[in-house]
Amino acid sequence: MDLILETKGLTKVYGNGTVANRRVDFGLRPGEILGLVGENGAGKSTLMKVLYGEEAPSAGRILLEGKEASFSSSQDAIAAGIGMVHQHFMLVPSLSLAENLVLGKEPKRKRSRFFDQDEAVRITEELSAKYNLKVHARARVVDVSVSMRQKLEILKVLYRGARIIILDEPTAVLTPQETEELFAELAELRRQGHTVVFISHKLDEVIALCDRVSVMRDGRLIATHEVAEVDSQTLSNEMVGREVRLKLDKTATSAGAAVLVARDLSYVDDFNITMVNHVSLTLRRGEVLGIVGVDGNGQTELVRILTGLERSLSGSLKVGGRELMGAGPGAIRRAGVAHVAEDRMTVGAALGASIQDNLLADRYSEGRFTGRFGFMKTEAMREEARSIVADFDVRCASASQSVASLSGGNMQKVVVGREFTADAEVLVVSQPTRGVDVGAIEFLHRRIIAMRDAGKAVLLVSSDLAEVMSLSDSLVVMSAGRIVAYFEDAAAVSDKELGLYMLGLKRQGEDEIRKVLHED
Amino acid sequence: MKTDTARPRRGIGRTLAMFFTDRDRLEPALVTLLAAVFAVLSGIILIFIVSKSPVLSVKNFLLAPFLRSYNFYYLLIAMVPITFAGLALCIVYQARYLTLIVDSCVYMGAVVATVVGIYLPLPAGIHPAVAMLLSGLAGGLIGLLPAILRIKWRANELVSSLMLNYVFYFLGSCVIIYFLRDRKQSILASLPFLPTFALPKLVPNTQIHAGFIVAAVFVVLVSLLIYRTKWGFEIRLVGANPRFAQYAGLSVSAVVLYAHFISGFIGGVGGAVEMAGLYKAFIWQMDPSYAWDGVIVAMLARRNPKFVPVSAFFLAYLRVGADFMSRRGDVAFEFITMLQGLIILILASDRIVNYFKARRLKAAALRDERAARDAAGQIATQGAAEAGR
Amino acid sequence: MIDFIAGVFGSSNYWYIVLRSTAPILLVTLGAVITEQAGITNMALEGSMLWAALVGVLASAATGNVWIGLAGGILASLVVAWTLGFFALKLNANAVLCGVALNLVGTGGTVFVLFSLTGDKGISSSLASKTLPFIKLPYLGEIPWLGKVVSGQNIVVYLAILAVIVVHVILNKLTIGRRIRATGANVEAARSAGIDPDRVKFLALTVSGVLAGLAGCFLSMGYTSNFTSGISAGRGYVANAAQVVAGGTAVGAIFASLIFGITDALATFLQNIGLPPELIQSLPYAVTIIGFIVVTISRDRREAARKRALFASAPAAAPREPVPPTRPGRGAA
Repeated sequence: MDLILETKGLTKVYGNGTVANRRVDFGLRPGEILGLVGENGAGKSTLMKVLYGEEAPSAGRILLEGKEASFSSSQDAIAAGIGMVHQHFMLVPSLSLAENLVLGKEPKRKRSRFFDQDEAVRITEELSAKYNLKVHARARVVDVSVSMRQKLEILKVLYRGARIIILDEPTAVLTPQETEELFAELAELRRQGHTVVFISHKLDEVIALCDRVSVMRDGRLIATHEVAEVDSQTLSNEMVGREVRLKLDKTATSAGAAVLVARDLSYVDDFNITMVNHVSLTLRRGEVLGIVGVDGNGQTELVRILTGLERSLSGSLKVGGRELMGAGPGAIRRAGVAHVAEDRMTVGAALGASIQDNLLADRYSEGRFTGRFGFMKTEAMREEARSIVADFDVRCASASQSVASLSGGNMQKVVVGREFTADAEVLVVSQPTRGVDVGAIEFLHRRIIAMRDAGKAVLLVSSDLAEVMSLSDSLVVMSAGRIVAYFEDAAAVSDKELGLYMLGLKRQGEDEIRKVLHED
Repeated sequence: MKTDTARPRRGIGRTLAMFFTDRDRLEPALVTLLAAVFAVLSGIILIFIVSKSPVLSVKNFLLAPFLRSYNFYYLLIAMVPITFAGLALCIVYQARYLTLIVDSCVYMGAVVATVVGIYLPLPAGIHPAVAMLLSGLAGGLIGLLPAILRIKWRANELVSSLMLNYVFYFLGSCVIIYFLRDRKQSILASLPFLPTFALPKLVPNTQIHAGFIVAAVFVVLVSLLIYRTKWGFEIRLVGANPRFAQYAGLSVSAVVLYAHFISGFIGGVGGAVEMAGLYKAFIWQMDPSYAWDGVIVAMLARRNPKFVPVSAFFLAYLRVGADFMSRRGDVAFEFITMLQGLIILILASDRIVNYFKARRLKAAALRDERAARDAAGQIATQGAAEAGR
Repeated sequence: MIDFIAGVFGSSNYWYIVLRSTAPILLVTLGAVITEQAGITNMALEGSMLWAALVGVLASAATGNVWIGLAGGILASLVVAWTLGFFALKLNANAVLCGVALNLVGTGGTVFVLFSLTGDKGISSSLASKTLPFIKLPYLGEIPWLGKVVSGQNIVVYLAILAVIVVHVILNKLTIGRRIRATGANVEAARSAGIDPDRVKFLALTVSGVLAGLAGCFLSMGYTSNFTSGISAGRGYVANAAQVVAGGTAVGAIFASLIFGITDALATFLQNIGLPPELIQSLPYAVTIIGFIVVTISRDRREAARKRALFASAPAAAPREPVPPTRPGRGAA
């Protein structure tokens, strides 16, 4: 069968050496809905960015209807009939839906520069009726629901003449009812001859909607199946089956007393999505509790609540028996919670400040650094910075150099160095090795285990499944803002099984999940 | 030394790292210097355009402080208020805020000092000190206003400080005219200060007063504050990245507030020092407007209070030169304000200040891109080889 | 006192002055509105006005033609706006700081130029500059009281009213208006729709340059008949605050600048009853700040209410109960 869009040996290597796509032979049949599944970082996004002209391929070819194509910008891709709906909507809230739809390609009154409002509304309503995507053309974007905004995004793409539509995780922001509606609409698009690429983590959705499904893993396109001939178990295995457990010298220890007790935490984001849904857990001394889950299932928000950066709508948070709900990040730090933030560039470090200032940001006011009249003991500070730099092997010329001048791995060592020397009882560690070189990864892993062995309670969140599995003593799986599984012994569970929980295919009973509370 | 051996020393890596970090700091400093030179050169060109006797004018402009000893003393005196304003701006600028409220702080500080100077009989020495303290407090409270407006109502602190400057200027002159005015004088002047209010002269028969020393003390104090105390540490951290500061446990609003208070305090003291050092009564006919000087001094000093005297000297030098030249020739003094604007314009431009850095980054990105392409090519040929097998 | 104030508000002369003082503020506020809508703060309006006021006087005195003066003034103002655009957009400069710097260049530069040409620093009275015409309105001028208020104003006052309509049409009726608003509200969305944000911002700066130029010329060739140093008296900065009060619309700019105009005109009158003029002169600036605060508070309230309403109307979107297993996670691929 002829392919409308295909790639041959497409390879994308980023400037920092990351290989995002490795000889990908991707094919799209005209008039189909193709599911594209894969773990975080499997290369789906990069592949789509290349097809949409946002990234240039490093090697390989793109063929559009059999002819060689090259897009230098997304405008080129749009002109060639390829449209993309991003996860983050590209809309102007203060303009009406009709105005957003035609932005950049506006209808004008005859021989003038006057915007033709009525024509814009007419176009919107006509498209809306044609594809059965119901929107209020005259309403302002700010006043309509997320699902209507998404429909508008799809209409925008159609208005610009797209025949191939790429949807990046479109159901992530939708309720189940809205998801069903979207599927009917996408089926209608297919009926009218459009081709759709549907990126998702939800295998049952893919199976319900798509004609074929391609699986990506580790930058490669692993397999493509007719949906009728495949089950979700197979897909799940293909997606996560590869993970090799990292080798780590880890002695078994038994967990101690509870330090951090979180009960019934909830968080609703700006889109009214419940990101954290009545989550409870207990952290114990000498134990690494790992949280696994597809990115964006509430891990980030949970961490922000636990560290005081966000307020929970309900429940309680106790550290060492003291209630800390609603206390700011400072109070929670003083109660003994250290936090390796997931984003070191914007939150975890002050790039323009020196290494020393970054290392001392949480402890400068302690008596050993601040003396009378607020004067700081510079020698003690320098000594502290030096010792952390040496201890955590931060490769730098001196501690007075700015953090911005460090490599990703060394920057992370600064963050981890500060948090791990904070004398905290609880360590909340989020994405400790994201964007870090191999040597530093091993180093950071050893330090996390060392902290556990020293009797600290560690909460580990990471998108790297292999990392969480090998470092953690116990595991919790989060999906859609809830804890869906708890495994007392992380070594006893397989990655394939975790995959089923992560992807929402399986769920433990309440009794099993409740064990994470350690309330016996 | 023991600590030295504990530091990582890895031959080439260390040397390279040192090299790069130094360049990141050195180059912007160099550009700053060039901007100052460029401004002076533009000034000279301007003089040649408008003056009928350009050579004389340029000579007067550049050499004024060395032509008359009076000019040199005048330069030193002119440095004092510029230094105070520069220090005040350095502090808010360290927290990455830009407010011009220091105008009001200086002005109202002078008004408060006038009240103290006229009505509060105190022994010499203590008298001006008390005035400085009270003026400082008044300045500090005024300095808080734009910060409060920004934190509570997200009002752009620059715009609100400019509005407030008008309000306080009118308010202050109202106080002078209706409560403190000396009706016997034909021009607008307050009642004369008590003799105890005057700051002692440092050099006999000149105007150089002890305020020069007060300013020097404040340079030291503010340098210590910024780089040696925990408050300065907090201000710098908030300026470097407010989200990080919050994450590290600081109360960002509190830091912003006291940074503005201290900044305003310094402005207030500056106003009092001017009154006690230079005048026998309040005779400002208009707002002397030191905020702009503060901005440019803080920018030239690259936020570092230690360099404030240097850039204040530079600015006072230009001032004195322009003043001398304008009185002895046909070039208006105001051209100095143009040059100040020019300097700010250049120093505000990221592309200019970080020109060398951007070029390096671009070259590095190109190198990476080429490496990536090579790597991709290898991957592709590998694939072909595998397929061939 | 109360009688006096009632007398002032009833006097046609007062309202005549209100219109006259509002016009320049209105023009620059419109300029601030359109640039802010495009997502760039034009802090250089003050400098634009100063140069326009000076160049207008110089050009009209040199040519003896007031219209050439006006054109020259507007061109000078445009050069300032474009310089800001060049530095802020092409050289990545901080737009606010740049605007401030350009104002400094304007403050010093206008006096420098005036002195170099006339030998006077304070006022351009030695130049035979022209004044823009005052216009008696037919019919409307006949109406008692109202006629005295609206008729016989300077042409720029009427142009200011026209400018409201023009800016309103640009922002709401023309295609470019949609693009301006899109650029200011979500630059990524605009770019993804194929719009060049820098071009849009330059265009907005151009419009604001023309408006500030008109206002500047009015100050020296209508409001007064000379250029005096610092003639703009912070109106450019007031515009940046009034722009917020205006809520980003041309019609809102009328109200925002009227607040200033009413207090400004009041100042001239209140001096007659022995209130300290300095206190009254500070009124317009104080009122601008208060207006800003009031508007921000009410906008925050409205926004909060809107969010609450959205939350209440979409209960399905915020499930409190366990989510059915079909609900997917939000993932980054």
